[in-house]
Amino acid sequence: MLGLSVEQLRADMNRLLAILFHQGVLDEQFLQLQQLQDESSPNFVSEVVTIYFHESEKLLRNLRALLVDKELSDYKKMGIHLNQLMGSSSSIGAQRLRNVCAAFRAASELNNRPGCLRALELLEYEYCYLKNKLHEFFQIEQQRMLAAAVRYPAPQQHRNNPQG
Amino acid sequence: MGCAIETGDSEEMDIVLSSMWPEDMNEAGRQFNVERPGVDKDMLEEVTIKREPDIVDFNRLMELASYTDKGNWQLANLVRNWEYKQENAVRLLREELDTLSRQQRQVELKKLEILEEHRFERDRYGGSKRPISILDENLKYLYQDAPRRKRDTVFQDEKISVDAEYDSGVYWKQHAMNLEKLLEASLRREQVLMGKLQESIEKLEKQSTPVEELSQVLIRADNFLHFVLQNAPVVIGHQDKELRYRFIFNHFPSLREEDIIGKTDAEIFTGSGVKESQDFKQEVLEKGLPAKREITFETELFGSKTFLIYVEPVFSKAGETIGVNYMGMEVTDQVRKREKMAKIREEMAVQKAKETELNKTIHITEESMRAKEMLATMSHEIRSPLSGVVSMAEILSNTKLDKEQRQQVNVMMSSGDLVLRIINDILDLSKVESGVMKLEAAKFRPREVVKHVLQTAAASLQKLLTLEGNVADDVPVEVVGDVLRIRQILTNLVSNAIKFTREGKVGIKLYVVPEPRNFSKQKSWKAPAEQSSDSANTRKNSSMSRNSGDQRGSHGCYEGEGVGDKNELINTLNDQERDGTQTKEDKARHSNPQESVVWIRCDVYDTGIGIPEHAIPTLFKKYTQAGADTARKYGGTGLGLAICKQLVELMGGQLTVSSLEDKGSTFMFILPYKVSPVSDSSDELSDMDNQEVSDDEDLHAGSFLFEPRTLGSLLSSQSSGRIQKLSPITYGVDPSQNFGGLLEDSSSPSSSITCQEMSSEDDAYSTAMDTSSEVEVSLNQSLCSASLDSAEKNERTHCSSEMSEPSFTQERCRTEAQTEGSSDCSSRKSNEAPKAEVKPKILLVEDNKINVIVAKSMMKQLGHNIDIVNNGAEAVRAVQCKDYDLILMDVCMPVMDGLQATRLIRSFEETGSWDDAVKAGVELQLPPQHSSPKLQQEIPRKRTPIIAMTANALSESADDCFANGMDSFVSKPVNFQNLKQCLQQYIPE
Repeated sequence: MLGLSVEQLRADMNRLLAILFHQGVLDEQFLQLQQLQDESSPNFVSEVVTIYFHESEKLLRNLRALLVDKELSDYKKMGIHLNQLMGSSSSIGAQRLRNVCAAFRAASELNNRPGCLRALELLEYEYCYLKNKLHEFFQIEQQRMLAAAVRYPAPQQHRNNPQG
Repeated sequence: MGCAIETGDSEEMDIVLSSMWPEDMNEAGRQFNVERPGVDKDMLEEVTIKREPDIVDFNRLMELASYTDKGNWQLANLVRNWEYKQENAVRLLREELDTLSRQQRQVELKKLEILEEHRFERDRYGGSKRPISILDENLKYLYQDAPRRKRDTVFQDEKISVDAEYDSGVYWKQHAMNLEKLLEASLRREQVLMGKLQESIEKLEKQSTPVEELSQVLIRADNFLHFVLQNAPVVIGHQDKELRYRFIFNHFPSLREEDIIGKTDAEIFTGSGVKESQDFKQEVLEKGLPAKREITFETELFGSKTFLIYVEPVFSKAGETIGVNYMGMEVTDQVRKREKMAKIREEMAVQKAKETELNKTIHITEESMRAKEMLATMSHEIRSPLSGVVSMAEILSNTKLDKEQRQQVNVMMSSGDLVLRIINDILDLSKVESGVMKLEAAKFRPREVVKHVLQTAAASLQKLLTLEGNVADDVPVEVVGDVLRIRQILTNLVSNAIKFTREGKVGIKLYVVPEPRNFSKQKSWKAPAEQSSDSANTRKNSSMSRNSGDQRGSHGCYEGEGVGDKNELINTLNDQERDGTQTKEDKARHSNPQESVVWIRCDVYDTGIGIPEHAIPTLFKKYTQAGADTARKYGGTGLGLAICKQLVELMGGQLTVSSLEDKGSTFMFILPYKVSPVSDSSDELSDMDNQEVSDDEDLHAGSFLFEPRTLGSLLSSQSSGRIQKLSPITYGVDPSQNFGGLLEDSSSPSSSITCQEMSSEDDAYSTAMDTSSEVEVSLNQSLCSASLDSAEKNERTHCSSEMSEPSFTQERCRTEAQTEGSSDCSSRKSNEAPKAEVKPKILLVEDNKINVIVAKSMMKQLGHNIDIVNNGAEAVRAVQCKDYDLILMDVCMPVMDGLQATRLIRSFEETGSWDDAVKAGVELQLPPQHSSPKLQQEIPRKRTPIIAMTANALSESADDCFANGMDSFVSKPVNFQNLKQCLQQYIPE
């Protein structure tokens, strides 16, 4: 039963990834990231992504703060933040976020405040979406790993069963 | 009292006069009223009024006055006015009469008093007469009347006489005398009054001539009109039923009275407009409604003039029209101005329309440019996932697979490769179109290009075709141009030719032509060629599908040549590298006047299927092929020729085609090349020639022939004929370099570096040998045509060591490097051991945490540990402390960007001092020169390869990188592939 659940979890993960790829939320860079994950660093992807979210959240906050200040929106600073965000997004393969960043940057270069605001909203939306999806993804992965790990010790089966 | 009468009079006159104006006259019109006798009349008198322009038919005027409504009305007004005046006069007289009679009464009262007195005297004497007399007197008053007064007077006289009769005595005499005096005075008064009466009667008579009054009014009105109209450019007239002039006022008369009165317009003038005005008047006459119209006259009399004409019908009392009043005003200037304005307005409108049109066009152009630029920028974005797919497939192919799976993977890779190449083509095209494409100017040897292209083609040839090359003697040994692009064109054309040729030959001919006279008009140059192509060759290129195969297969052609030329190769490559660095100076030097331009024409001919005539015009269009069936039969996207044409045109030349269906076709392109002066080039050549003595005759050999190889096995084993399958390893890497339009612009330095790596590593060849044989084995296991493959492989490895043509070495080595590199990657494990021994020191300069983590772990997987710093300044400090073998440098960073950091590091490498860095504000960790300045300066460090990491793959930013001393760049996000590639290029193994 647990073996089934492991397979199912794997399938779920793959399906989720496929959806994300199909939607263009992620690109092959994410696969590269997954390749980096091996025995020596079993949680590499989720660690990187966690750092990424941590950093991005800060950047988004800063961007929001910069844009909210109506009088003196510092577009240059915004551009730096955006470059940061864009760089890290493309590194983890968050393609859609990256694209929105590019649009945002274009708007900020033109000092186009409404455009920036729109882009920021979209960015936040994409960010949340990505975060949710990846969260889901990692949760499944965690479950899968747990399930894989606890396959043989019988007593733990029941404890983990409800989760699975 | 007289004054009061006067003002009253004038007020009345005001009202009466105003009615002489048209009824619709507004209040403002009144201010010009004539009737201000006291003040205004003088003013009028000062004005000399010319009477001449007024030409009147008086009889008619009388008639008009008496028969027309208006005349009637006017007359009635005049009469009323007169009657009123008369009434006024009568009233005045009455009042005077009243005054007079009052005076008379007074006189009579006086008289009565006298009589009373007299009677009193009598009463005193007679006693009883009084009541009767009072009664009598009262009665007298009661019946007081003007005629009776006269009788009274008579009676008074009688009384006096009676009184005189009754007088007696002296007292009475005196009394009578007094009375007499009084009477006389009374009489006198009466006489005066009578005189006054007479006078006023006379006055009355004098005033009351109505005709005089009327004519005065008329004169005043007339004067006023003259005063107003004397300078007005108006003509006023009256015409009768037959439109004959009865009255005309014209301030600037050009005709005399007799010429006008009684005549019609048509009788007076001739010319255009006369008829129109006549018709217009007629129309008004018939309709009975006033109207205005603008008529332009073109007459001998006064030339071309425009009049605004107002025509108003005149009705008789019975309501019939009996003529028209006509008023004309010359508005020529106004009309002219108006027309001018209209014209200007029209022009403005046109201009505006044009402007908007232009703006639109600009907008569209900008949009399309942006779109194309976007495409060029996106190239990386498009390519990287694809190369991900291909490289993953490649990795997959290295795992244990059964035969079927391997075939599937191979199909996957070749399709991926094809897509990559097509994308590259599209990107190339969009780059050319958006103007991002930049051409390089480097020396190259046309003979070698031709030879190499043919070799390449021959190597992958799967048909029994003869490939020949012929370069005329007058073609210079070395010319300056963008060899990559020229090669691309040639390769495209040749592979096209081969594709559409079943048997016979395909060849390249090169010869010098005079500069085309009509070159400025490119079309005319093109025209004859198009006409001459009476029949055609259905060919569309699918050359891209061939190209990489060519590259790969090309190694085969070196078969049989010495393997021991490795040293030569290395040296040549070193030269090449030097060349590469010198290119810029060369360019500057080449632009001096002594250098000449030579036009070289290149014909690529074949004996293929030809192109149908109707297909020729669309031949060079994007995404078109000669025919749908062609596309089906031969495949291809129809981009190759479009790219060729665009490239040729970009380089200032012209590509044309002539073709005979089923006989073959010839593609010709003519290009200008700069020829470096002999003295200049000899330096360069001598350098190279040192190593190339053996190739010397090759330098000038102008003709090459590649006979069809009678290798049945070549054709037999693979019906699909894609030798590419044999070398899956090169697959994922190869196209991005061979076709990477984006990379190629700037690829020479990187390739030269590659060469350096190779040169420093003498056993590169053997490694290559090893790996390839390893691959060979794996291939042998999996492929049925094992023996053939190994033969091919061997050819390749041989060829990779034999490189005598400097101008080709760049590409060659790149191919080589890739072959090597990819084999390396496939055999990574075997190579890990030596790497671990001598760890290359790698520095990553990157501010983005995520990027750092990713890059670091990737490097770790590739077997490298890297140092990490977060910005340019730290990078400078790090370089100061440690000698790195490779620096990966992010371009955009806080504190100090990658470009500046690179500049500073380069400056240190050249000068051995950190002065520039100090100037730039980098706080160095060690006191820079004080420790051992001499030592540092004596040993300038070797040049550390610095590789930019940029998110922008456009060639501009690449140029920036190179300009600042970077050696190459990888585009972000970094992935295994580009990291590997870069490590292979720059890290000596």
